[in-house]
Amino acid sequence: MNEISNKRPISNYKFVGQATPRPDGVDKVTGRARYGDDMIVPGMLYAKILRSPHAHAQILSIDTSKAEALKGVKAVMTGADIPTHPLAQPPYPPIIQDFHDLGLNIMARDKALYDGHAVAAVAATSDAIAREALKLIAVDYEVLPFVLDPYKAAQPDAPVLHDDQYTDGTGPDTDKPSNVFRVLGGERGDLEAGFADADVVIERTFTSEPVHQGYIEPMACLATTSEDGGVELWTSTQGHFVARTLLSKLLKMEMAKVWVTASEIGGGFGGKTTLYAEPIAVILSQKTGRPVRATLTRPEVFRATGPAAGSYCRIKMGVKNDGTITAGEADIWYQAGAFKGSPVGRAVETFFSPYNIPNMRAAAYDVCVNRPKVAAYRAPGAPMATFAAEGVLNELAERIGMDPVEIRLKNAVKEGGESLKGHKHGRIGLIEVLEEVKAHPHYKAAIGANQGRGFAVGYWLHGGGLSSASVILQDDGTVSVATGNPDIGGSRSSMRAMAAEELGLDVELVKPIIADTGSVPYSYQTAGSRTTYATGMAVINAARDVIDKLRDIAARKWEIATEDVRWDSGHALPPDARKGDIEPLSLKELAAMATKMGGAVAGHSEINATGQGAAFCAQLVDVEIDPETGFTATKRYTIFQDVGRAISPDYVEGQMQGGAVQGIGWALNEEYIYDAKGCLQNTGFLDYRMPVASDVPMIDTVIVEVPNPNHPYGVRGVGEPPLVSAPAAVANAVENAVGKPMSNLPLSSPKVLKAIEEVAAGN
Amino acid sequence: MSELKYEAPKSVDAAVALLAAGDDSARIFAGGTDLLVQMREEMIAPTLLVDIKNITETRSVTIGADDIRIGAAVTGAELGEHAELKALWPGVVEAVELIGSAQVQGRATVGGNLCNASPAADSVPALTAANARVSIAGPDGVRDVPVEEFSSGPGQTVLAAGEFVVSLVLPRPAAGSGDAYLRFIPRTEMDIAVVGAGAALSLNDDGTCAAVRLALGAVAPTARLVAAASEIMVGNKLDDAMLAALAAAASDTCSPIDDKRGTVEFRTKVAGVLARRATTIAWQRAEKN
Amino acid sequence: MAKHLITATVNGDEVEYTCRAGETLLDVLRTNLQMTGTKNGCGTGDCGACTVVLNGRPVNSCLVLGAEVEGAEIETIEGMATGGELHPLQQKFLDHAALQCGVCTPGFLNMAKALLEANPDPTETEVRFGLAGNLCRCTGYDKIVRAVLDAAAEMRANA
Repeated sequence: MNEISNKRPISNYKFVGQATPRPDGVDKVTGRARYGDDMIVPGMLYAKILRSPHAHAQILSIDTSKAEALKGVKAVMTGADIPTHPLAQPPYPPIIQDFHDLGLNIMARDKALYDGHAVAAVAATSDAIAREALKLIAVDYEVLPFVLDPYKAAQPDAPVLHDDQYTDGTGPDTDKPSNVFRVLGGERGDLEAGFADADVVIERTFTSEPVHQGYIEPMACLATTSEDGGVELWTSTQGHFVARTLLSKLLKMEMAKVWVTASEIGGGFGGKTTLYAEPIAVILSQKTGRPVRATLTRPEVFRATGPAAGSYCRIKMGVKNDGTITAGEADIWYQAGAFKGSPVGRAVETFFSPYNIPNMRAAAYDVCVNRPKVAAYRAPGAPMATFAAEGVLNELAERIGMDPVEIRLKNAVKEGGESLKGHKHGRIGLIEVLEEVKAHPHYKAAIGANQGRGFAVGYWLHGGGLSSASVILQDDGTVSVATGNPDIGGSRSSMRAMAAEELGLDVELVKPIIADTGSVPYSYQTAGSRTTYATGMAVINAARDVIDKLRDIAARKWEIATEDVRWDSGHALPPDARKGDIEPLSLKELAAMATKMGGAVAGHSEINATGQGAAFCAQLVDVEIDPETGFTATKRYTIFQDVGRAISPDYVEGQMQGGAVQGIGWALNEEYIYDAKGCLQNTGFLDYRMPVASDVPMIDTVIVEVPNPNHPYGVRGVGEPPLVSAPAAVANAVENAVGKPMSNLPLSSPKVLKAIEEVAAGN
Repeated sequence: MSELKYEAPKSVDAAVALLAAGDDSARIFAGGTDLLVQMREEMIAPTLLVDIKNITETRSVTIGADDIRIGAAVTGAELGEHAELKALWPGVVEAVELIGSAQVQGRATVGGNLCNASPAADSVPALTAANARVSIAGPDGVRDVPVEEFSSGPGQTVLAAGEFVVSLVLPRPAAGSGDAYLRFIPRTEMDIAVVGAGAALSLNDDGTCAAVRLALGAVAPTARLVAAASEIMVGNKLDDAMLAALAAAASDTCSPIDDKRGTVEFRTKVAGVLARRATTIAWQRAEKN
Repeated sequence: MAKHLITATVNGDEVEYTCRAGETLLDVLRTNLQMTGTKNGCGTGDCGACTVVLNGRPVNSCLVLGAEVEGAEIETIEGMATGGELHPLQQKFLDHAALQCGVCTPGFLNMAKALLEANPDPTETEVRFGLAGNLCRCTGYDKIVRAVLDAAAEMRANA
């Protein structure tokens, strides 16, 4: 371990910013907490899904009769059991949600579009019988040519996945069906002039492979349906309200009849923000009249759930000798997988966003290929774009002999600056983050033989949106805080801390709960780094609502006006003039009198949070490479992030460390490997190589707080920024150790060894 | 659906009898760390599992005056805890200890690793370098086979119907001997070897090499001895020229494939590097003995 | 249908169950015994979420058969806290924020417990290699390693 490990600001608050125990922690360290697959109900059936073994194939027929006849099988379904939906029409929102695609991705009808695409499912009295039944389903396929690479898929001669998809937006010829769904872009200034103004211009091509979120818990759900059309769903999800919306719309059910409870969730990182097995479980439950559990196996998770898109990027940037960036342009092709919807908007948004560049252009192509449909993965679209932009910037800095931190300080975007997509920055902390890097011992530490140091900066503007909270006072002075956001990484701690801080009540007396869809109003997902921000705001508002009601009770008790009652540190206080003759009333005392003074007390808030501020994250990495094998060891890692305000610092550090290590995996070893038939070869953790404990060092964290004035505590979303700049930083470290640009992730040992040999040979 | 049966015989003869009565899908079950995975992935569908972990001969390590017998169902963890065996054949033990995580080590066996016959099996190059023999029981009695002849191809062994591996026999190393095993994996743990190299050698009193066996794994359908090693090393002292020649010979011995774990080019290069490094460690150990 | 009737000890209590030959110990724990604290992350021994201690050794329960543990002593996460008191490792995991989603935690706790029993004073490297069979995607391992080292120190002090 290093001499300085984690740096965090000292909090002046009582609970916010302090280390507080994790409310759900004891349940999780004792195995008591229930995840998706842990709910057991009497009469439960087990669902299993049959999947295409072909990358691209016409489904000519499916014969389920033998499966239906197997003893223990209670129901069988195919894609025909899912209602059809029309294709979404333009104009298309930045993030596509097309029920036509969703239904077909959950189960194919006429065409299997990737190895692993679901084609049928059964429900049986045991997992073993269900698996046996799958073998009895006969599917007649006509195998078709397939395409896996997004750049190739964008060419006019590529096999076409959807003959009803035409390119929307600027770009290719739009009257033939195309794998390119759309191109999103943005431009400002005068690129030609900008590049002409530069003293050094570098143009490079970067590629990255799809990588999976890698959550340790496979998707799992339990659906119970009743004869009056009701659906109760227990599912591992990042957002049970969104799951309810998607499910009811997809299956054309009244939303009021669908009641979803979120289980504990064993990791999501964006991957559990859509539906996979839930509609299958619901349909099979409706057919059988019994509860149906559907849990994916690990190979199914890899073959059929959405990874992050792989990318192909061409990028060009120019700088003056004094380090001023004069122009930047980038084109990136993202593979969306079998259905449109890769994160093209976010790519355009993040490409050059840490910097003030007057002349910029970015375009991102959403391209379909015969792979699983992509899903969000921690800052979707940004790590790949950042890998390219930071890679070129690092090379430019070296070319003009400028320090990598100095060049970023020189060009850093500041308050009042504007991103390519027009987001105008309020107070932001990029400069503060960069200054922390400069001041850190890691920055100046000596580098040993065969070592290289990498640096990169990332930008992320997190989500706001709809969140609801209820703060419910019990008559013994304890409080429940109910929200609709599943707790993925410790958000219960943060909700509790904010409520406790507002109320002036000890955290031990505040119980945060994740309420089901019937018990609290709509809340958008725990995703987009939005929860501490948006749901936090709702919790704060609801707590203030409680305070107002308690002030009202005190006012009636004291026979004064409510506006004369103050609240401080958990007490209602009289105005100064009455301090002598009126004693303050504690929250506990007020709670005890509440029911006699009008009724139960609860505060509510339903908001659409706005006012988010961008967050910046910088990473310093040292690697050591075995020059004879190309093996790369990560030796030292420091991550610096502006979090606005760290509500629960331990868990903020955890987000930073987790994102960094995902970045190490992305940069060095993680990728999808397909065979010559377009079938996925590495469907498990053996050959989908995520970092293990011995692969990484301690991840030192530096929390920077430049509060966002639009949030009561200044919060900026913390979950996603740590991954944005991580692959870029690790790749840069490898480049510096090797002495040559490295532009194709993952930087597995054969690639590194080859680069070492090329350098030695003078190339 | 043919129902899977599980039996746990308590003697070699009982195991042989069960195998004789079963069909050719019957499998020996020791640690299960390959077997159960293959069953789960539906690569195999046995109808009978014969658990050999209750048979004394498969579970013991016997260190004799002339040879060392390691039961086929002794786990990696147990071998790692056997101080005497570690001192005598550190390379063999470290090879077995590399198989999987600590949890896998608690179950994986040297016999299972051998019989699974993956070209990348970690135990095989080290056992080959150590000149081990495989002791087999079957309907016609007991026989043994040199370990380098045991695997006939990926996933295939010379075991005939009804036979199983009871133990491995290693010679007791002479004074001035040392062995070592190294492998290349993409991470630091939890991977199948991309290249493996096992070296065992002994030194003369004058410090020159008396004998050497160098075997490579994961670079051919089965582990391979580097035939030229003796010619390069015997009678000589360890120096850079020798090691370079050895590395070249190791690379020449390879006929690897491109797969999800490595490329031909990479495996060929790294085979040379690991051959050199494993030999150096074995030499250093030999000098200490 | 051939079924095995097995009696074993789980967390000190005698349990009895029937299972088919192909069912794993993980299946038995979660389905037959309804002890869902042990998790299924991959089913192939690559993630360690199913780690239990079998006759004193940490193993992946997905690679052990339910039929082979007659008479065995099995320790699962449900037995780690005793008499209303958390094990030092459990407490240190909470103190160090060594869990985020928590699904890998039971496996880590069992493996760490076994690790410290075999090696009460491990180095950071020994802890990292000892835990290499347990995947965590949330924490990046830093706080887990710190928690284990801190628990080791406390357990040595109280030994």
